[in-house]
Amino acid sequence: MEKETRVLDEVTIRFAGDSGDGMQLTGGQFTNTSAAMGNDLSTLPDYPAEIRAPRDTTYGVSGFQIHFGATEINTPGDHCDVLVAMNAASLKVNLRSLIDGGIIIVNTDGFADKNLKLAGYTQSPLSDGSLSKYQVFQVDITKLTNLALADLQLSQKIVDKTKNFFALGMMYWMFNRTLDNTIQWIKDKFKEKPELIEANTRVMKAGWNYAETTDIFAVKYEVKPAPLAPGKYRNISGNQATALGFVTAAEKAKLDLFLGSYPITPASDILHELSMFKNYGVKTFQAEDEIAGITSAIGASFGGSLAITTTSGPGVALKTEAIGLAVMVELPLIIVNVQRGGPSTGLPTKTEQADLLQAVYGRNGEAPVPVIAAMTPSDCFNTAVESSRIALKYMTPVMMLTDGYLANGSEPWLLPSVNDIPEIAPKFRTDPDGYMPYRRDEITLSREWAIPGTPGLEHRIGGLEKQDVTGNVNYEPENHDRMIRLRAEKIERIANDIPLAMVEGDEKGDLLVVGWGGTYGTIKTAVERKRKEGKSVSHLHLKYIHPLQKNVGEILYNFKYILVPEINMGQLIKILRSKFLVPAIGLNKVMGLPYRSNDIELKIDEILGGKQ
Amino acid sequence: MSTLVQETVSHDLVSKVKYTAKDFSSDQDVRWCPGCGDYSILAQVQRTMPDLNIPKEKVVFISGIGCSSRFPYYMETYGFHSIHGRATAIASGLKIARPDLSVWVVTGDGDGLSIGGNHMIHLLRRNVDLNVLLFNNQIYGLTKGQYSPTSEFGKVTKSTPYGSVDMPFNPASLALGSGGTFVARSMDRDPKHLQGIVKRAAEHKGTSFVEIYQNCNVFNDGAFFQFTEKETKPDSVVFLEHGKPLVFGKENDKGIKLDGFSPVVVSLKDGTHSVNDLLVHNEKDSTLAFILANMTYNHELPRPFGIFLSIDRPRYEDEIEKQIDSAISKRGKGSLEKLLNSGDTWVIQ
Repeated sequence: MEKETRVLDEVTIRFAGDSGDGMQLTGGQFTNTSAAMGNDLSTLPDYPAEIRAPRDTTYGVSGFQIHFGATEINTPGDHCDVLVAMNAASLKVNLRSLIDGGIIIVNTDGFADKNLKLAGYTQSPLSDGSLSKYQVFQVDITKLTNLALADLQLSQKIVDKTKNFFALGMMYWMFNRTLDNTIQWIKDKFKEKPELIEANTRVMKAGWNYAETTDIFAVKYEVKPAPLAPGKYRNISGNQATALGFVTAAEKAKLDLFLGSYPITPASDILHELSMFKNYGVKTFQAEDEIAGITSAIGASFGGSLAITTTSGPGVALKTEAIGLAVMVELPLIIVNVQRGGPSTGLPTKTEQADLLQAVYGRNGEAPVPVIAAMTPSDCFNTAVESSRIALKYMTPVMMLTDGYLANGSEPWLLPSVNDIPEIAPKFRTDPDGYMPYRRDEITLSREWAIPGTPGLEHRIGGLEKQDVTGNVNYEPENHDRMIRLRAEKIERIANDIPLAMVEGDEKGDLLVVGWGGTYGTIKTAVERKRKEGKSVSHLHLKYIHPLQKNVGEILYNFKYILVPEINMGQLIKILRSKFLVPAIGLNKVMGLPYRSNDIELKIDEILGGKQ
Repeated sequence: MSTLVQETVSHDLVSKVKYTAKDFSSDQDVRWCPGCGDYSILAQVQRTMPDLNIPKEKVVFISGIGCSSRFPYYMETYGFHSIHGRATAIASGLKIARPDLSVWVVTGDGDGLSIGGNHMIHLLRRNVDLNVLLFNNQIYGLTKGQYSPTSEFGKVTKSTPYGSVDMPFNPASLALGSGGTFVARSMDRDPKHLQGIVKRAAEHKGTSFVEIYQNCNVFNDGAFFQFTEKETKPDSVVFLEHGKPLVFGKENDKGIKLDGFSPVVVSLKDGTHSVNDLLVHNEKDSTLAFILANMTYNHELPRPFGIFLSIDRPRYEDEIEKQIDSAISKRGKGSLEKLLNSGDTWVIQ
């Protein structure tokens, strides 16, 4: 039978199953293939904090959402058009993200009485009519997988592990994707185990053939390549981009990179990534705790390394005293906070933006620290390079904020050319003549970096208040006041050294939506949609939180209303209100999830009313 | 080492200058209480430094918080007076980043064993090549007289008016239990012994842990007088020397013998025992080191001073360097071009 092909602009698929079902891998393969076929895309994994929660329960569900298209894609999608559910629990958890009329592909073997009971269903949703508003495709993936491998004499455990490739094969058929990329990946991955190459490839092809030949699927879809800028791309997650950014910054600065870190979700992947870059001279130190993570980095910085520490909110809380020390001794250091749901242990695998005030203000004493936030997964690369530049040039700790959504989400990244990334030129003091540890550069106010091993520059630094210029311990009232102002002024002057803020949309109008960090794609999508409707709305996204760019106030004053959506109870808004005395309106939803563009669109409508 | 650091620092392993103790004295006024044991320790370290022949610019002293932690300000070397308990972690980071440096940690019983206890045990197991001088005065001095993790059970202090109910740490046993490769004890009031131990600590490759009994004449005066004053010292102290029997006493008339695994005191003049019966110290024997360290709070036995253990084990920073060298020889030195083109890439025309 000849099947119909429909052309779509964009599609969102959610792969969901038990945390042992390999859904992250399935989603990752679909992503890489779609990227290689030229789609723009954005992805978001959603997995439980438990490594292996009890099978078939709702809290063991692992999901992976990919939004891909023939147009520019800025978010992983508000809702999904297609839901692949490997068991009853994954259907139960994810049904709310599916659009009305959306497609559900279920593995019927995952809907046996036992599965239903564990998922909390009293009757099967496949037969009680509750899914009538969706297009449901019921496939016994487990049985079909077993049949496909019947002659291979593999253990049942291995057979079970391949069934995600059946689902992947069906989705490749449905969206006209090539199998070649994944076949090659399987070959590379299982180089040593030919039986697994055969099994996984065969099951994926079986899934594809099943969809092609049976009558269940009548329609397939085509999503054409997106008009992406020409060049070489790779798919990259925020944590990968962060790691690459720091290796790049160290190379550009001709310094060794030192990472002191303690494992913490969702930041650990940066440690994993960097520990593989030994041939770049990267030294990673898995410390005994968060405090040793940052203090070892401070030691390395004293010795002339580009030193960083990576963590999440609870870790920043533990590092706070040491950040103050770095402020006092004026050594370069970057603290990366991959924000997660709080307070306390909170929601380790979920995203949030509630550490902004901690980053800007959360230390004892007057301890100003530059704060820079990444906006998209690939922007973590630029943010890491920029944080390093500022830390080295201004001899200061810098707080770099990302979040769980950016860290694990991914998008295609147009690879920068090595030569386009500016050199970072830190200078070590070598001349012993007249050296004063706290003499400052007239423009940047930064002190000189004099590293141990340099003859004639022996000096002592520490956390006690310093005398201006000499750096000797000093408790005089006037000196303390002067030093506090100098440290603050140094950080404020960074505003002279960063690009001006750019409004997306008109520079004057009724409403300005101001965001920061990982909400960039969502706000951009919402604002663009509303602009298409003719609404007078623009978007300002702040990467530099402290200090703010010099023209931020000016921009704010050009709008009648200011809306600040944040995944917190209103933190940036407090800074904007106190600094610029503007009556900004907050949009605050703290669910451990990224915003949906629709949430922001509704708020825009509410503020602008029926006005066109 | 990065090219920038290489171009900056001196590459001398041995000092070209013949230093004196004065070369290691900074221009800062020493601000410890008059009569504090810290003065002697500072003097012995400054006297020992010239013998080490390490270029002065390669020497770094790192401390935490407490009276002892003011130490770096008085040394004419690189120095870092950091935050409470963290000197060991800062020093670890520095040494891993810069194995060419001679890095010293100055800490106390509160800084190193209480707030910094976690970093201390992990430093010892990693065996980073640092020299730790732990000034033990069995009291919190800088905060004016609270009991410390080495204060004796029942100690009456400002925070324990009815006596402390904490069991004290024995720092030497803790260091040995953490996998320390060089563990020693000395005292502020025996300059020669202290100089000798400091020198041996500096020569040891790996973490050197030196506990130094230090008198706080303001808040815990005389805590160690039994071991430091000439009337009581000979009968209360046994000095450990590699390859030598454990003899002590005013007239060298007593010795230590092993009875099973337990050290006991025997007389060398009542005709029952001779020197040949005594325990002979072997600083390479880690089991023996545990036994000797455990003599510490046994009041029937003299207190041991000297080097409990000195053994060789790979250093953390050396192993890291080896991994880097091996990765470079296998994969070639990393370049940005390679880095940015890694992973699955595709081209949009």
